[in-house]
Order: sequence, then structure tokens, then C-alpha cells
Amino acid sequence: MMLDAAGWEALRLSLLVGTTATLLGLPLALWVAWLLARKTFPGKWILNAAVHLPLVLPPVVTGYLLLVAFGRQGPAGRFLEETFGLILAFRWTGAALAALVMGFPLMVRAIRLAIEAVDPRLEEAAATLGAPRYAVFATVTLPLIMPGILAGAVMGFAKAIGEFGATITFVANIPGQTQTLPSAIYSLLQVPGGEDAAIRLVLWACILAIGAVIASEWLARRVAARIAGA
Amino acid sequence: MSLEVDIAHGFLGFSLAARFEAGPGVTALFGRSGAGKTTVVNAVAGLLRPQKGRIAIDGDVVLDTKHGVDLPVHRRGLGYVFQDARLFPHLTARQNLQYGARFTRAGMRIGEDEVINLLGIEALLDRRPARLSGGERQRVAIGRALLAQPRMLLMDEPLAALDAPRKQDILPYLERLKSEARIPILYVSHALDEIARLADTMVLLQNGTVAATGPLFDIMADPEAMPLLGAREAGAVIEVRVVETDNGGLSTLQAAAGRIELPGVTAPPGTELRLRILAQDIILSKTRPDGLVGVNILPVTIKAIHPGGGPGAAILLDAAGDRLLARLTARTLETLDLVPGQPCFAILKAMAIAPGAVGRA
Repeated sequence: MMLDAAGWEALRLSLLVGTTATLLGLPLALWVAWLLARKTFPGKWILNAAVHLPLVLPPVVTGYLLLVAFGRQGPAGRFLEETFGLILAFRWTGAALAALVMGFPLMVRAIRLAIEAVDPRLEEAAATLGAPRYAVFATVTLPLIMPGILAGAVMGFAKAIGEFGATITFVANIPGQTQTLPSAIYSLLQVPGGEDAAIRLVLWACILAIGAVIASEWLARRVAARIAGA
Repeated sequence: MSLEVDIAHGFLGFSLAARFEAGPGVTALFGRSGAGKTTVVNAVAGLLRPQKGRIAIDGDVVLDTKHGVDLPVHRRGLGYVFQDARLFPHLTARQNLQYGARFTRAGMRIGEDEVINLLGIEALLDRRPARLSGGERQRVAIGRALLAQPRMLLMDEPLAALDAPRKQDILPYLERLKSEARIPILYVSHALDEIARLADTMVLLQNGTVAATGPLFDIMADPEAMPLLGAREAGAVIEVRVVETDNGGLSTLQAAAGRIELPGVTAPPGTELRLRILAQDIILSKTRPDGLVGVNILPVTIKAIHPGGGPGAAILLDAAGDRLLARLTARTLETLDLVPGQPCFAILKAMAIAPGAVGRA
């Protein structure tokens, strides 16, 4: 199970990328899921399609589109660099963006389903008790959809840890900078005699994935039990 | 305290044009399913925006489509008790009760302990809604609405989802609420037995319009309102006082026209009760009948005869100031040769009055 320095670096980077992508993506996913579940507005289908696009596009294509938009010559990339000094291309930040984009549809789907399962009549009841709209959301809707948010977070995190195609296309495979677990495994398998090291990384990838699923199940069950009133 | 409603709304082939006022006490909004009751109460609460109209609470206009006034639900200061309690499933009964307190800007009208006592929910406070029975949930929901310190309580068929015994369990709490909480209530129901026990004023809704409105005792004894209430369910409500309880299974009640003996009354002597006597349970006789057992006989005078559509006629009787309503077939009417002003005797079977028809005055 022991990893060499490069292995640890890949693991550390994967956790950093996954955590960043999940934490940044979650609020946005919550908002988009809310719009899709509860609101009707012109162009709703466009938003819906755009959110789901990374799920159906080849990851390489998504990575290429990110490169075009967020590369140092891309419009969004140049804007970010000039305004915030933030460079995404070939940096871990870019890997996080790629992971966020790829995991986003999974987060939105899980949260949207949870929101659609909330009885709007409970929200009406809260309003009759004097709660303004934001308070209704914070005190009724949010606690009730918490299992969905957790499920979405875990799905997004797992996707971020495992993301390969878009990441390698967008930010390449630079050890210590953009080489996450999957890229490291891929690299090791390209060189003769790298299999031993690769298998250890594969084991770690499995541990992370299974751990995430168990953690989410445990959290979701606790929240569900609280909500069901057991 | 007053509520003024004057609204018009139409959807899917249904149109509502209702105008009424509700004063202090309990105002019952009565009508068959589809009469527009829930539309009205939702418009008052702000959950539905009527196409046209004006709603004011104590002169405070909460809706006026002509002047673009439409106060959002959370700022109307009205409590709403729904048919399906709608308790928050993730909160305990106590947390549900306390939910509205953090938003209320009005002064405290009623305290938490008072509400808990009034509704008898002390033992339920730490439970979540999933572990409460239907009746318990509804009591907590009533408490939750009260503790938001509303100006008025809206209750939309609060007992309709409960079975008959559960309903009888809750009615006494509602009677206490009415007499102790001193909050005006708009009570929506299609069940006349509930209304007879609780309401002070009645608004009859039929096909989206107000067909009759007035004090409960007047409407219930109005022969013209009989077809609106349903001939089988129509019946006047009178006030009586308990004289003696459980005398061989029967209790003696004092009405203006005489004593009435009924089974199943448990209230202690001296209690004022409301008694609803169904029109179809009254038999009329021109002479005082002799040798009948198990009946109450009250001397009455015929005040009005109101031939209704169909085979029946509604007879309004004066029983020493109390009004009673009887229903006879046109044929009986002819045979007996009854005319207004004529004294006769109302015969009332003791077992005919359901325990549910007896409530606190």
C-alpha cells in the first residue's frame, strides 16, 4: 500500500482537486437544480441541455472546449488571468475546473430529484406561519433536501477523483501539477515495469471511491432518519 | 375584528364571485365540494391570487387588485390550519409549535404553555410528526398556527381527514379554542355537525356565490336555507342547560319550551349546551300524544310552512322562543291540515340525537 513520492503527490492532488471541485460546484448545482425543479422561464430547456452536456459529450471534447475557452489565449482564460491573476491552463486549478464541469450534471440531478420530492405545500405552510421566502428555503426546503445534496456531493466528488479525459486534454499530465490518480495510473501503465506502482494507486482509487459511497450512505441514512422522525 | 371579502375568480369552467364579512367569533364557510370554499380561504391567506377583488382584515387591505395591493402570504398575519396538518417532518412537535415565533412581529397574544394546555399536547412535544396519529398531528398544527400569533385563524376542513371517533375527540378542543383563545376563526367545512357546534356566523357558498349569510341560529332554522343545507341534514340548533346527568342512562336538559331527556350527555349539571335537532327527527302532532315512551314532547306553535321542491315541506316551529325546524311530506301536511299560528306538539325521539350533535354552547 505504500506509495512513492510521485504516488503520494498524485493522491494529494486528486483529493485537492476533488474537494475544490465539489465545494465550488455544490452551491451552483443547488441553484441550478432549484431553477430546473421549481421555475419556468424561457430557455429552460437550453439550461437543462447545457448542464447535461458533459454527461453525453466525449470527455476529450469537453476538455478541448475548456482549453479553447479557459486556455491562456481563450476569452474566459484571459479574463480570469487579467482580472484575478488566476491561471487555469496546465495548473491544478484547471484540473479542478475540469472535474467540476464533469461532475456538475451528477450533482444537479441528485439535488433536483430531492427538490422535486419536497411537498410545496409544506413551504406554503411555512409562509402562512410568517416565514419570508429565504427563511422557508433555509428552514424547510434545505433540511428536507439534505440527503440529495449529500448524495450529489459524493457523486460529484467521486467523479472528480476519477475524471481523466477532460482533465488530460485541458491541463495535460504534469506530475505535481496536474497529474491526478487516473493520469498517474495511465502514465505508469505506459512504461515497462510500472505495473506494481500502478496497482498500488489503483487500490487507493478503490479505497477512496468505496469510502465515499459508504460515507454518503451513512450520512444520508442519518439525515433520512432525522427527517422521517425515527 | 372583521374580515371583508369581495373576490371574483374563474378557472377551468368554474367561476367564483363571493362577497361576505366575518366578525369576531367563528364564521363557518359552508358548501358542498366544489362550491369554492378552499378557493376563498386560499385567497384570504394569499396562497391564491384572485383575478379581481378586495380583502381587508380589520380595515387593513391585504388584497386590492384595482390598486395593485397584494400582500405576500407571510405578511398577512393569518394562521392557517390545513386539512392535512402539513407539519414539518424534520422537526419535533415542539419545534413545529415554535416555528412561527421567530417571524412574528405582533405582540404575544397567546403563550406556548397556554396553547399546549388548551390542546392537550404536553405528552407529544418531543415526538416527530411521523410518530403522531392523525388527530394528534392536527392538534399540533392548530397550536403551531396559534403560536404564530395570527390576527385570525383560517381552518380548511381541519377534521375532514379524520375518522368519526377521532373527530369527536378533537371537537371539544376546538370548542375550547373558540371560548378560550378569543381569536376570530374562519372555519371551512362541509360538515353541518361541526358547524352547528362551533360557528357563530354562517356563510353558505353554492356554485361559487354566497347563497345566504347570517347568524348560525338563524340560518340553521331558516326553512329557505334547507335545500342549501340538504334536507336530510337540515335542523335547527337550540341552546339548553344540563339539569341532571345520567339518570338511568338519560340526562335531563332544560330547553325554553320544556325538558328534554337524552342519552349520552356527560356534561355536568349547569352546563350550557348546543343541541342540533334534525328536521327529519321531529314528528308533529295536533294533540298531546299519550302513552309514547322514549320520546320528548315539546309544545310548539307553527310559524311558517315552506313547501320545498320535491315531496317535503319545511315547517318552522316556535318553541317558547326557540326555533325548531321540522320536515314533513306534503301529504302529511294536507292530512293534518296545519296552518301557521296553530299550536301543536313536536315529538322527538330520545335516541335520535347523536352524541355529536351535542356541544358546548
